[in-house]
Amino acid sequence: MAEWIHLAQELGWILLKIVVIVLPLMLVVAYLTLAERKIISYMQVRLGPNRVGPRGSLQPIADAVKLMFKEIILPSGANRILFLLSPVISIATALAAWAVIPFDDGAVLSEVNAGLLYVLAVTSLGVYGVIIAGWSSNSKYALLGAMRSAAQIVAYEIAMGFALVGVLMAAGSLNLGDIVRAQSGGFWHWFMWPLLPLFGVYWISGVAETNRAPFDVAEGESEIVAGFHIEYSGMAFAVFFLAEYANMILIAGLTSVMFLGGWLSPLEGILPESAFALPVIGPLLGGGIHWFILKMSFFLFCYLWFRATFPRYRYDQIMRLGWKVFLPLTIVWLVVLGVAIYIGVPPWFEGVAG
Amino acid sequence: MNHVGQVVKSLFLLELLRGLRLTGRYLFSRKFTLRYPEEKTPLSPRFRGLHALRRYPNGEERCIACKLCEVVCPALAITIESEQREDGTRRTTRYDIDLTKCIFCGYCEESCPVDSIVETHIFEYHGEKRGDLYMTKEKLLSVGDKYEKEIAAAREQDAPFR
Repeated sequence: MAEWIHLAQELGWILLKIVVIVLPLMLVVAYLTLAERKIISYMQVRLGPNRVGPRGSLQPIADAVKLMFKEIILPSGANRILFLLSPVISIATALAAWAVIPFDDGAVLSEVNAGLLYVLAVTSLGVYGVIIAGWSSNSKYALLGAMRSAAQIVAYEIAMGFALVGVLMAAGSLNLGDIVRAQSGGFWHWFMWPLLPLFGVYWISGVAETNRAPFDVAEGESEIVAGFHIEYSGMAFAVFFLAEYANMILIAGLTSVMFLGGWLSPLEGILPESAFALPVIGPLLGGGIHWFILKMSFFLFCYLWFRATFPRYRYDQIMRLGWKVFLPLTIVWLVVLGVAIYIGVPPWFEGVAG
Repeated sequence: MNHVGQVVKSLFLLELLRGLRLTGRYLFSRKFTLRYPEEKTPLSPRFRGLHALRRYPNGEERCIACKLCEVVCPALAITIESEQREDGTRRTTRYDIDLTKCIFCGYCEESCPVDSIVETHIFEYHGEKRGDLYMTKEKLLSVGDKYEKEIAAAREQDAPFR
């Protein structure tokens, strides 16, 4: 009996933690859509949504209500089960990866030792949502979008994986918390610097992985209308939308964890120790979740910035970039990195090889 | 050498960064958007909005049923029927403009020898049921009566250029 209560307690505690992660995440997703529309419109010298609520601040709520009341249309030729399952796969994988993201020192849902592998595995599963959606819709545009997305994700997954091998070599651990801790000691110790090319490759592959502009050929509204989710409407569409934005936030979070030192403060090692002991500003200056959020926001802004700036890549150019540029680049840098670690290049790898 | 320069340029994403800089600058520039119902653009005196039939200051309608507007109308939106009145003048008995056909080209106004049919500055109007946008002679005259001052002022302003 006591065991059961203990188990239930444990389970309740985990569920509570999941809610604490997912609820703010959903809110961020909602407001990311607003930020996207606002930032892109500002870059296009427009004002963007400004009718619902002060300066358009309630627009995401209005959108959500609209989508909830719309009908989910099942195409008559569609495979009903898979058609309804694929948005679920998309959102599940997008949310599951959040389990190992460290928000702060120790503030992580599950301290998995193979966190990096888990993230790679789960984010790669997301493509099944897209492929199944494209196939089960029984529509040529959806299928084309799914095929494009499948090929693209496979191509970029490899470059992404190799970039993560660099992180793994530099940190000597697969645990995301340990990866962040390995970057402590100041701004210059972040993996961004010794792994600069891998950082670039990872970030660009991340943009491609989430099917965002300029790699959004899976949607390609001008040539294949909306790609894999063309047949989806109402809440089913909204779930895809949520998954896409949750993935964006995830990639932004992963990039900041692996290359920008996650929750670590950039002021570490610059300010004297006594500055971090100050009553109110001290904790703000030191590492904490606020730095993580700040770094993530920067990458999310970059997502929107890219979308406002770059035209969509042609399909063969995407493939060329993935296979013929990123892959050799990462492999070359892995060799460079191996040598650097072996001879212990300061300030990053002194004594690591020893 | 040129080839190497090209590779370096693309490897360091120089062109892309220039693009980003451009859009980044526009992020902070002044926005063109007009918050429409609260703010409005200035209208030209030549603005071609809702139609109106005008009257002379003594109350006599200007239209002499010459049917030039009906002929010139490229969308065939105007229908006119006419008869001779007791005083010998020719007037319309029916003057209809179907606004759902009208393309607001302004030819009717151009062709009118007596400045009777005009297009006014009014553009915020709507119909709530079928037929609301079918302007009859009465409706057109009432628009003219209501906005005669503005219509006359606009014609006055544009007169030197006609």
